[in-house]
Amino acid sequence: MKIALLGNPNTGKSSIFNMLTGLRQQVGNFPGVTVELKKGSIKTPQGQHELIDFPGSYSIFARSIDEQVVNEVLKQPTHPDFPDAVIYVADSANLERNLLFFSQLYDLGFPILLVLNMWDRAQQKGLKIDIEALEKAFPEAKIVSTNARILLGKDRILNELESLPNKARTPFQDSAFHKLTSYADQTKNSDARLQKIRALALSTEAPIQTPNRSTRLDRILTHPIYGYLIFASILLVIFQFIFSFASIPMDFIDSQFVQLSAIISERLPSGILNDLLSQGIIPGIGGVLVFVPQIAILFFFIALLEESGYLSRVVFIMDRLMRPFGLNGKSVVPLLSSVACAIPGIMSARTISDWKERLITILVAPFMSCSARIPVYTLLISLVIPKIYLGGFLSLQGIVLFGLYAMGILSALFTAFLLKLFVKSRQLGFHLMELPDYKTPRLRNVGITVFEKVKVFIFDAGKIIVAISILLWALATYGPPSREQALRALHHDTSFLNAAPSEQQEQENALLLSKSYIGHFGKWMEPAIQPLGYDWKIGIALLSSFAAREVFVGSLATIYAVGDDSDSQKRLVQKLKDAKNDQGKPTYGLATGSSLLIFYVFAMQCMATLAVVKRETNSWKWPLIQLFFMGAVAYIGAFIVYQFLV
Amino acid sequence: MNVLLHMSKTLEGISLNELVEIAAIADNEIAPKLTEMGLTKGQKIKAIFKAPFGDPIAYEINGNIISMRKEEAMQVEVRRAQVKFS
Repeated sequence: MKIALLGNPNTGKSSIFNMLTGLRQQVGNFPGVTVELKKGSIKTPQGQHELIDFPGSYSIFARSIDEQVVNEVLKQPTHPDFPDAVIYVADSANLERNLLFFSQLYDLGFPILLVLNMWDRAQQKGLKIDIEALEKAFPEAKIVSTNARILLGKDRILNELESLPNKARTPFQDSAFHKLTSYADQTKNSDARLQKIRALALSTEAPIQTPNRSTRLDRILTHPIYGYLIFASILLVIFQFIFSFASIPMDFIDSQFVQLSAIISERLPSGILNDLLSQGIIPGIGGVLVFVPQIAILFFFIALLEESGYLSRVVFIMDRLMRPFGLNGKSVVPLLSSVACAIPGIMSARTISDWKERLITILVAPFMSCSARIPVYTLLISLVIPKIYLGGFLSLQGIVLFGLYAMGILSALFTAFLLKLFVKSRQLGFHLMELPDYKTPRLRNVGITVFEKVKVFIFDAGKIIVAISILLWALATYGPPSREQALRALHHDTSFLNAAPSEQQEQENALLLSKSYIGHFGKWMEPAIQPLGYDWKIGIALLSSFAAREVFVGSLATIYAVGDDSDSQKRLVQKLKDAKNDQGKPTYGLATGSSLLIFYVFAMQCMATLAVVKRETNSWKWPLIQLFFMGAVAYIGAFIVYQFLV
Repeated sequence: MNVLLHMSKTLEGISLNELVEIAAIADNEIAPKLTEMGLTKGQKIKAIFKAPFGDPIAYEINGNIISMRKEEAMQVEVRRAQVKFS
């Protein structure tokens, strides 16, 4: 049997889903849209059933993209997810409004189990619910009460599911609802339903209260000063974790994979398979898993904030500030997380329910300077920005670094503003939103969220990342046959023969890379990057750093035959400073260096981000637009800077 | 002529903690959405706190808190709540 889990937002629906399915969940997207589709299996004495968790909706008439999905599925019986029965989750403390959507589904004839969730909270509020009257008004429905947050009521739900009658279901398109096309008709219908439900007098009326605890808390958390201070401190804690503490597990994962590569390359007979495994596939998988700590940590905090009800207050206090940029209050967390890494940042944009605002957030997030840019920034700054102190104490290098970060933030906001004008949205831009009561977060729900997010990243985005990194590795490792001749020529070179063995190795590596496919590609595109002040060597570093920005530094080190020892960074800076171009001028002057800095501020030089955007927007369209748009901004910016400074 | 009596008041303009009753909802695309969220004629509603900059505003209705932007709150016409004496 296919069972749909439906209900209003903030009714504890996902708690019910987690309670019923545990970790037997599959997370995907609804076809065509990026609304999360969660499926799980449940077992009743009669057998296994499929449970589909639908996004929270207020009505069968679609207003938001979430409700669109629900409407789409209920429209036609031929839809693959058209349910055989419905579990409807209602907030007991807020029954009347919750029953509106329920009554619509009831009238469509679905066998329906009404779950009165958060039973304890209704009692705390002093509400008494007349279940008998409810049963009389909806005789075909089964009713149970639960408290899913403390895992109460699972058996009751499973038992009642068995006793649901088998009924004829009317798809939405054949129902009377389908004829209500005008807003006025829909309003009238819903209004009449609500009046009827209220007339049942199911629960004692919730009195409009004097400020209760929740409201008092709200007055502090949404206060013009304390509200922002508290939010800023929470962000600070999150950053501390994803910036600093995450590096411990990340370094561990990194070193484990380096070791694994070393073991494999030693144990397996040398050859193409060995190289593919030890240099292509294993580092590729390592490159995926290294993101897991940051993703897990960020989602741990976000799930905590969302479960507690605080995240909707963030939207509340940030709404006015973000509105001019077409962003949502919830965009703040993804954008600021992107300063550490755009990948968890972009994934966390899923909390934004408005599709247009979510898309804009995703598209501008990679403009924020992430931590992978830091090695590039520091190398280039130490190369071209003099170590002088303005007024004796303000480091010029520091100011430049600050400027790069500021440029990232401003370009993100400015692009968001532009996108707001251009991105079309089928949705009406409502911002009516419920502010749910504060609750103590349940670690079980938080844990399941973290687990699902990590799983989705590894299996959905991970595939693409591994594939691209193997491709990049192959292009950098293999070359046309002419490379062998060049290598032989090098072996007969007197300066090579006189060099120490370690230097010989470095020179060999430099030659292999520059004559590889990627090296040829770098030379081929030199005319295109010359106006930016780059030569083919920089071209190679640019291309290979598409794997990850920090690879730029490593590639330059290889090309300039600088080894992997502890003071290699110093030697690299020295070599780059000494490098001269054909006209005998330094390759890395102020103009080229600044142009490169600008390029890295703007360019989408990260395949992992691209893969995540593809997964989060459900198409290649947006990541490609992003790649070319950011590339164009980077190219034009670098061009202007170089031409201005040269 | 008593102009004041005919000037209608919307949710946007009520002061904090002022209890009002919904008199009418503008007939546009937001109406069904408001209805679905429980804002119907005759319901009592109260502004309970505002975001910094005064927008959006949080209202209490039926024991729920709903946040609305000013432009949305302007679509809801209200009148002073009738207090029942018992």
